[in-house]
Amino acid sequence: MSNDSGDSAVLAAHSISKKVSSPEGSLTILSDVSFSIAAGESVAVVGPSGAGKSTLLALLAGLDLPTAGYVVLNGVNLGELDEDGRARARAEGVGFVFQSFHLVPSLNALENVMLPLELAGRDDARDASRAIIERVGLKERWSHYPAQLSGGEKQRVAIARAFATEPAVLFADEPTGNLDTRTGETIMELMFELNRKSSTTLVLVTHDNSLAGRCDRMLSLDAGKLVADTQVAA
Amino acid sequence: MKALAFAMRSFGRELRSGEVVVLLSAVILAVAALTAVGFLTDRIGKAVERQANEVLAADLRLRSQDPIPNSWRKLAADYELRTADMVLFPTVVFAGDESALTTLLAVTENYPLRGTVRISDALFSEQREVDRIPAAGEVWVDSALLARVGADVGDTLSVGEAELRVAAVVTYRPDQSIGFASLAPTLLMNTADLDATGLIGVGSRVRYALLIAGQAESVSAFNDAIQDQLPDSLRLRSAEESSERAYAAADRAKRFLSLTAVISLLLSAVAISMSARRFAHRRMDTVALMKSLGATQGFVVSVAIAQLIALGFIGVAAGSVVGFAAEEVLSWILADIIRGDLPDPGPAPIMLASGSAMVLLVGFALPSLIQLRNTPPLRVLRHDVMPPAPSRILVGGLSLAAVAVLLYTSVGDPAMLVIVLGGIIVIAAALYLVGRGLVATMGRFRSGVGVAWRYGLANVARRGRASAVQVVAFGLGLTVLLLLTLVRTDLLDGWRQTLDQDAPNHFLINIQRSETESVTDIFESRGVMPPDYAPLVRARMTLINGESVKDREYPAEDAQWFVNREQNLSWAEALSSSNELLDGEWWPPDYDGPPLVSIEEEVALETGLGIGDTLQFEIAGQQLEAKIASVRRINWDSFMPNFFLVLSPGALDEYPATFIASMRVEDEQKAALVDLVREHPTISVIDLDSILQQVRGIIEKASMAVQAVFFFTLAAGIAVLFAAVQSTIDERRFESAMLRALGARKRIVFSGVMAEFAALGAAAGILASAGASILAAVLATQLFDLPYTFNPLLWVAGVAAGLLVVCASGYFAARSAINSAPVDVLRGAPG
Repeated sequence: MSNDSGDSAVLAAHSISKKVSSPEGSLTILSDVSFSIAAGESVAVVGPSGAGKSTLLALLAGLDLPTAGYVVLNGVNLGELDEDGRARARAEGVGFVFQSFHLVPSLNALENVMLPLELAGRDDARDASRAIIERVGLKERWSHYPAQLSGGEKQRVAIARAFATEPAVLFADEPTGNLDTRTGETIMELMFELNRKSSTTLVLVTHDNSLAGRCDRMLSLDAGKLVADTQVAA
Repeated sequence: MKALAFAMRSFGRELRSGEVVVLLSAVILAVAALTAVGFLTDRIGKAVERQANEVLAADLRLRSQDPIPNSWRKLAADYELRTADMVLFPTVVFAGDESALTTLLAVTENYPLRGTVRISDALFSEQREVDRIPAAGEVWVDSALLARVGADVGDTLSVGEAELRVAAVVTYRPDQSIGFASLAPTLLMNTADLDATGLIGVGSRVRYALLIAGQAESVSAFNDAIQDQLPDSLRLRSAEESSERAYAAADRAKRFLSLTAVISLLLSAVAISMSARRFAHRRMDTVALMKSLGATQGFVVSVAIAQLIALGFIGVAAGSVVGFAAEEVLSWILADIIRGDLPDPGPAPIMLASGSAMVLLVGFALPSLIQLRNTPPLRVLRHDVMPPAPSRILVGGLSLAAVAVLLYTSVGDPAMLVIVLGGIIVIAAALYLVGRGLVATMGRFRSGVGVAWRYGLANVARRGRASAVQVVAFGLGLTVLLLLTLVRTDLLDGWRQTLDQDAPNHFLINIQRSETESVTDIFESRGVMPPDYAPLVRARMTLINGESVKDREYPAEDAQWFVNREQNLSWAEALSSSNELLDGEWWPPDYDGPPLVSIEEEVALETGLGIGDTLQFEIAGQQLEAKIASVRRINWDSFMPNFFLVLSPGALDEYPATFIASMRVEDEQKAALVDLVREHPTISVIDLDSILQQVRGIIEKASMAVQAVFFFTLAAGIAVLFAAVQSTIDERRFESAMLRALGARKRIVFSGVMAEFAALGAAAGILASAGASILAAVLATQLFDLPYTFNPLLWVAGVAAGLLVVCASGYFAARSAINSAPVDVLRGAPG
């Protein structure tokens, strides 16, 4: 187990737990999970359904707060920030790719990519977005709305949106879950390629072992516990 | 600034994508409907008032014993008012050897300034409107005058030294009900012939009148200007003082219009509220995404408010255009009613409607949108995470405040506001409770029905609160629609009935006590129901509680006019059927104690008089003191002889009294009237048919206005129902996809959805029928003073409408949900 929380860490979990109340009483979803991820690393979070993968992702990105422990993202303790503070932290250094794409249906492809840049107040939102939408191969389809795009194209837009702000950390939640195998592979190619070129830290939640195998490192969760932290072949 | 720029950019995109169309339509519809209603209320209200003004044949009337100086005509002209002159005095006319007392009425070219004169070519025959006055050398006379002198149309009458030809019978003058004091039948002639009669000279009892009319603002400016410089010799009369009856009708017409305005407003509010909820709900995913991408709460709220304002402006602009177009069309349709020189309403209705729509947006849409800021960003990963429901106090408080403010400013009738607002709140609460009850019991039935119904009923039960809210939405929409139908039919019919059936159409005036028996005989022998006689004694009020009426202070300005005028006193053993006792007690039938008096409600209010106050009258030089024993409300629509002041039996026995009576005489019985005036030449018969027609005209116009507005209100109501179905459409799309993925045939899924809508629709229909019945009964009895009759058809209509409208909107809304491919829907969270 490599558990170094050295200075190069861009993301670190310190004994985080998550409990929720349910009709049957308190339910533990994550229990005392700790690790740290260095800048530029690509990490797969794997485990069976219900292991707590998505919950972990939500806590790491500050979308939710742990009931115990804390998360440090880009040197900032997320637990000490209010909701707006965490939002700012995400704006400054986090990108997302979701299983169900989460494109805004009322915006066309280009506008979806522009969204995080506009939220960050960038004046060059349009030009920067055009450049990256070309890089994901949607130069001809930038003016299409999500409803007019295929699943693979939607995920390309989502990837373009995620990389547009050049985030320090990119969180991907089952990015191929809604795609057929071939499209999924192409999409992952694109994601790893962009990741390499921009030396972004990648945190990838997946069921897919072959996908996990392409990452530098694999965190295995089972029943809310971190059961393995494996370095994958170089 | 960043938020504003972002809001405008993304709003433009949302406009293009059609996401905001439902809410925008609700705002446009609200502005258009409120504009149209405001316009109609203004137009019809003024037209009705104008018609009420006809009783004066003018807007103002100046009277004097001497010729009215020219300076007044000039002053009126300065205010751009039209004038006409009138000279009237009693005189005797001859036809051969026969003679009769007449009130001679000489008029100038413009008479009447308001309303029209109607004449006929023979006694009691077909009448027609004319827009001129008698030519020089001709007269138009009352049928009673012809009867008394035994003359006919075409004969010549000697009027003083002039010989004038009878050209027509006057059947109606707009101002004929003024001055019941002029008891003799009228002779209408041209002032050009006045000198030739030689009747105006020293000692003649001539009265002069200057009729004035014009634009409402000019009239009131003129009225204000002359108040202080009016010499004692001149008396001013305005229309309000001249006809309680016409004003009672006009007032009721305005209440009908206000009610329609209220209903349109409420429907618009519900439509905006429902579509705003959907709008907010649809934005939830986007907001969660924006927050996950780093947007702060303040940013989200700023964006929402900026977009709401933008949406408001666009809605108002588009709604104004529609509203303005509606105004033009309505003006054209109602051209017949809204003729004449009514001031142009200008942009006022549009401004008012636009302001109202903005207030509705803030009151009903803002809470949902502000709540968006609390959307957890976690929703991007877990779609079932919802923001906490907006604070009920915030939502309820804001929306109630918005409605109350609007109702008060636009309707300005606190009584109506309380009744309608209270009714709506009670119905909404009852609907909600019954909705919850329905939902709770639904589950029990589902084991005994087929799969489609089981699915439908299970859906109703599972959605719990949401189902109850839908029942409330459907129920409220239906309630107001039913209420409006009721207003149009039941209330209106009730109102008509108060006039139509046996309303008296003739007044008999100046009957001596000795004549009553003979009058009764004349009618009985000709098969006409003889009238009841009401005694009338003329008096002046001198003291109130020992204080001079001139020195006393009164709560209302009109009181001064009332206490100083000549009073018509009457007495009665029993309370008239057209009166309602409000306070105090009516005297027993055999009462013979000290004089008591019963006073009319409005007069009591204006003068501040109440039970126990003492009034002193001067009657033919003698003093009479009477203590107020009761306060009455008078139904002026009854057309029965009614008096502001009624005394106890015996109180007026020592004073000279004449009698008046009202009675119904059908067209074929009118010969009896000719016999009556031949045998009793001093009795005057006043034909009320034309006045009744006047009042009926007001009612017809009011109901026409209500019907015109009905279209807009109906559109708003349907928008509400559609918005209610639309608000669940995403969920339904997902569910039916899921069911079909599980292997359910389309037809089964569809039947299930329809079963659910049918259950909701029937429940809402039943509740709306109950609500509308109760509300209508309250409105009828408390606000319109009309008897309410229960209408079972309403329940059939209510439930049928509930089933039909909810199922139909459900059908159209759910069809697309069921027809979309299961895989698309199940995959497709947004995007």
